[in-house]
Amino acid sequence: MTAQLRAAFDNAAKENRAALVAYLTFGDPDPKTSIDIVEAVAQAGADVIELGVPFSDPSADGPSIQRAMERALIAGASLPGAIAAVAELRRRGVKTPIVLFGYYNPMFVMGPATFAERAARAGIDAVLTVDLPIDELDELAGPLATYGVSVIPLVAPTSTPDRIARLAGLHAPFVYYISLTGVTGSRAAAPVDPARLAQIRTASGSPVAVGFGIRTPDDARRFSAVTDGVVVGTALVDRVAAGDAAGAPARVAELVRALAAAMTRS
Amino acid sequence: MSTADEIAKLIEPTRGRFGEFGGQYVAETLMPAIAQLETAWRVARDDASYWAEVDDLLKNYVGRPSLLYHARRLSAEVGADVYLKREDLNHTGAHKINNCIGQAVLARRMGKRRLIAETGAGQHGVATATVAALFGLPCEIYMGAEDVVRQSLNVERMKLLGATVHPVESGTRTLKDAMNEALRDWVTNVSDTFYLIGSVAGPHPYPWMVRDLQSVIGREARRQILDIAGRLPDALVACVGGGSNAAGLFAPFVDEASVRFVGVEAAGEGVESGRHAATLGAGRIGVLHGSKSYVLTHEDDERMGQIAHAHSISAGLDYPGVGPEHAAWKVSGRAVYVARTDDQALAALELLARTEGILCALETAHAVAALDEVASIVGKSGVIIVGLSGRGDKDMVTVAQRRGALP
Ligand SMILES: Cc1ncc(COP(=O)(O)O)c(C=O)c1O
Repeated sequence: MTAQLRAAFDNAAKENRAALVAYLTFGDPDPKTSIDIVEAVAQAGADVIELGVPFSDPSADGPSIQRAMERALIAGASLPGAIAAVAELRRRGVKTPIVLFGYYNPMFVMGPATFAERAARAGIDAVLTVDLPIDELDELAGPLATYGVSVIPLVAPTSTPDRIARLAGLHAPFVYYISLTGVTGSRAAAPVDPARLAQIRTASGSPVAVGFGIRTPDDARRFSAVTDGVVVGTALVDRVAAGDAAGAPARVAELVRALAAAMTRS
Repeated sequence: MSTADEIAKLIEPTRGRFGEFGGQYVAETLMPAIAQLETAWRVARDDASYWAEVDDLLKNYVGRPSLLYHARRLSAEVGADVYLKREDLNHTGAHKINNCIGQAVLARRMGKRRLIAETGAGQHGVATATVAALFGLPCEIYMGAEDVVRQSLNVERMKLLGATVHPVESGTRTLKDAMNEALRDWVTNVSDTFYLIGSVAGPHPYPWMVRDLQSVIGREARRQILDIAGRLPDALVACVGGGSNAAGLFAPFVDEASVRFVGVEAAGEGVESGRHAATLGAGRIGVLHGSKSYVLTHEDDERMGQIAHAHSISAGLDYPGVGPEHAAWKVSGRAVYVARTDDQALAALELLARTEGILCALETAHAVAALDEVASIVGKSGVIIVGLSGRGDKDMVTVAQRRGALP
């Protein structure tokens, strides 16, 4: 389902702005509320939803998302639950492309083929697996491709040109560029070199979304000027936790509206 | 034969894997660092000057070779000829230092200025802090908050050695969470930091490199048993947490079909109780901390793929993963894996103390606890080498509490 994701980026480009990719952890603060949050975020103008599957050992995430995942697991969230949540969002008429984000073990235990089939049926467009670098990606990307679900690869500041060149074969709907070495939410985003982004775009043949440390509409505006997409995660997750569950959808949607408004390039 | 020649005979993983196990399941940010480490390791592994430096430190600082001791009273008790490979006599009191020396020498060659490590029982943390002091490198240790309490003496040792100890409050607050936190540190500080992993776990090349560095146990034992008993052993027995002391003892004997390998995992309160760390015995294939191997993981819908809590009286075996080469040995049948409970380990610790005057670590005691079963297979005239991975001082509080001598 590369087409819908590509369309989201193309649309944004036509409107002279970067696409807004909003990350949320499924199940935080509880499964039901988190579905409402995603629906509200879609209505508030996110172009792409990145839905995190909670994992007991999120070794690439910082404190905010770690705690969100812990809350979600305590509230009973799971990989099958996250897939069912996407199906529910589609039933509610949410058309926004959804990328399932997660660690590999739950997908592996479900079985890559079963996972791919269920993800496709639920209406998941793509999967981003933090601990499957391109070298190990085939074992999941293969089954996903069979069911028309794409994969989103990560590129880091440390990625070498030869590694980036290997992404071309994936025909990914977009590439996620991590703007800094570190875990999610650890530091303020460092400015990215437009030449670096151009290199990734050319080598991979995909639009590039930049994430890690982008929190405010001001940050979003700065990044929108140079990238195809802007990923905001920790700031939204912090909003979820900043009050009661009932108010969470409105709290998060408010920030998403402000971020979306900041995307248009001057 | 030179060390480099002996090491060259050990099996190399194929494309980072032992059979289907191993690999590099890590965040993209770390991939270049791991590739750099693999290249550095390949060069060092073939380099006589690297091994000269390592061997010199093992001899003059660690106190190697460690003794292979014929435990006659224990032999009579279990019904076979038992030899103890005395890693407990190493400087810092366990086999962990063998690996730390090798990785620290490599870190220095690579120009890395800062060491980080995870630790469970604290033995690896102490060994890392020790080599950091020896090499004059800053050192930070991640340790689960629960283990910080269980192994408070080792925390003090690390601090005395100049290391900073970070208690890890996330997850189960044990070894696996310490490893998550160390990975987060590495991702953040990857350019100047060397992550000194303490077992044959983690992404390739760690399982390979750590096994090679620990193979000094088996390489010495092989020479020693031929010297003392005039023949190869019938069985090798070692405890398995991540699996480094076992892999180090077993690997140099891989081609000797007559030598059985027995790995002993922690059955905790009993495998059927669900509170255990018998990853190979009761787990399934999964992906944790960078490699595909056996893991303790849930399979039901509600918790599918979440890592399960491990439990053992010994913090060093309290880990829901295991090295990929052990997974390959299990699947191929080259090694068998059994499990012993907390109570059986405690009884074995007491048995070894009374029969031989040796107080071993609780981890090690699991291996001792399997001796009667192994003896019944190899018979009275059979020769068994046990990896005596560490000494028991660190466990005296736990043992005293279990015996009712301390509250
Ligand atoms: C004395 C001792 N033996 C064994 C272990 C388990 O580690 P491994 O299985 O890697 O040898 C530990 C770990 O801390 C230990 O301290």
